[in-house]
Amino acid sequence: MVEQRLIVTKRLHDRPDDSWTIDAALATGAYESLRQVLAAGNPADVQEHVTKSGLRGRGGANFATGQKWSFLPAGSFPRYLVVNGDEGEPSTFKDRMLVERDPHQMIEGIVISAYAIGCNLAFIYLRGEFALGYDRVMQAIADARRQGFLGTDILGSGFDLELVVHRGAGAYICGEETGLLESLEGERGMPRLKPPFPAIEGLYAKPTVVNNVETLSTVPHIMAMGGDEYAKIGVNRSTGTRVVALSGHVQNPGNYEVEFGCTFRDIIFGFGGGIREGHTLKFFLPGGASFQWLIDTDEHLDAIYDIDFVSQNLGTTLGSGAIMVFDDTVDPLRVAWRLAKFYAHESCGKCTPCREGTGWIEKILFRMANGLGRPSDFDQLIDVGAGISPDVMRAPFTQTTLCPLGPSVVSPIASLHKYFGDEIRARLADDAEVPA
Amino acid sequence: MAFTDANRTRAQEIVALYPRPKSAILPLAHLAQDQDGWLSDEAMREIAELTGVTAADVLGTCSFYTMFKRRPCGKLVVSVCTNVTCLVTGGPEVLERLRGTYASDPDVTVEEVECIAACDGAPAMQVNYEFHERVTPDAAEAIVDEYASGARKARTISGARVG
Repeated sequence: MVEQRLIVTKRLHDRPDDSWTIDAALATGAYESLRQVLAAGNPADVQEHVTKSGLRGRGGANFATGQKWSFLPAGSFPRYLVVNGDEGEPSTFKDRMLVERDPHQMIEGIVISAYAIGCNLAFIYLRGEFALGYDRVMQAIADARRQGFLGTDILGSGFDLELVVHRGAGAYICGEETGLLESLEGERGMPRLKPPFPAIEGLYAKPTVVNNVETLSTVPHIMAMGGDEYAKIGVNRSTGTRVVALSGHVQNPGNYEVEFGCTFRDIIFGFGGGIREGHTLKFFLPGGASFQWLIDTDEHLDAIYDIDFVSQNLGTTLGSGAIMVFDDTVDPLRVAWRLAKFYAHESCGKCTPCREGTGWIEKILFRMANGLGRPSDFDQLIDVGAGISPDVMRAPFTQTTLCPLGPSVVSPIASLHKYFGDEIRARLADDAEVPA
Repeated sequence: MAFTDANRTRAQEIVALYPRPKSAILPLAHLAQDQDGWLSDEAMREIAELTGVTAADVLGTCSFYTMFKRRPCGKLVVSVCTNVTCLVTGGPEVLERLRGTYASDPDVTVEEVECIAACDGAPAMQVNYEFHERVTPDAAEAIVDEYASGARKARTISGARVG
């Protein structure tokens, strides 16, 4: 039986009743890394540790954090650090936990990272619906400021950092980093054309780093143990741990901090306790809603929980770290329809293929899922999908749109085709025989 | 309604947090909802004045976001998730019940929402952004009634703690 490897969730396991308070945080080592970093006085050293650690972004894109920081143009100031706390990917609930239950860890990560990149004004873009998280973060910021961890001349180092919490207002697209920056500028959260990437022209057209909550929460631990040590945890280029948000038809849904290198079976049947009584696994979404599904085969269940292994061998990714499990009672068409409804609702409307295509796909999937399908529907789905993600079976990794939202609606279509194609085509043939 | 003096001062403090005033549109719209229970045209005009943009700019931004209620709504906004994990664990049944029960109750606005990041507690809902997890139709109704009667203290419809 695989055990959890507690790093970013350690405090909230050690102090379940008050992990978010300044007292609990200070009693369990919070801000010690910040003290060391500021005493050492070498920002470049922080960046080197983060680069050596192999840390990759925990929001879903898995981009190397140290490399992302390194794209900031030298000598260009001001520059901004923006924390992406707009967690909205269906089935993902790990950042909400980290914000609500360990805000000091995130704040420490922010201050260290801001110091490393030379930023004096940072923003936390927090999902608007996280009311408790907002209260906890605001309290934590006030307490951290009183302790001298924020504000001017932090711990006598001469380094200044102001931290502003910006609440979203209900728009999934603001989790996309350029949509987030638009929203933070007071605009509709519509993604920008890239390049220029945020590191060159981000917030207010200044160099900007956008990092996820879990990513930044990991930074104090990397500094405490050293980048080389952190890189020894995990497997291959997937270093460290991942907070996996496990939900659906498992016995024990929840957040589990796992070391990369275990298997999906370990997560679903070990941590999750397997499928609910009397049922069997039908399929699961291995990385949030936007990527292709996996099914109940040894090839999939025994696949290594390794970012690159999964993307190279299984046509999907570990994405946001969420795993959604569905048992034999679930109609895959109904799940695909509901996901399409989500993307149709959340499409920002900027790019035509997504604005129009997500709606068409929702309508087609709705009739397919409700016994009103037409024999041509599956081919039509694939055709409409190809308008958004041209190489449909590789969705969402090809796109005609500015951002990956549109292509994400094509992932369920590809999954239906790969794993349930014959079953669905037979159903469509049956549907057609019912007199109108 | 216009901002109260205290909220106007608060609004000016919020504007000052940002390098550019327009960034304050979202927080000021939340503040207006905390005060008024919805986001009126009058409030948007005042936000425009405070942030140095036109009222149309403010409307253009605010109309993009589902948390902003540009028509008066109930004192309680009940958000029921029906995204996939909730879909297969009873979310739609909770939504249907609450929609029926409070259909003609002006104090309760029931809405279907996308994933609210509480999937390990599916089916989940929020009442004025306070989470309630593993709800059944009966339990959900009882929770809403407790807020309505004052037995539970509700946040504002933008999620701010009251008092």
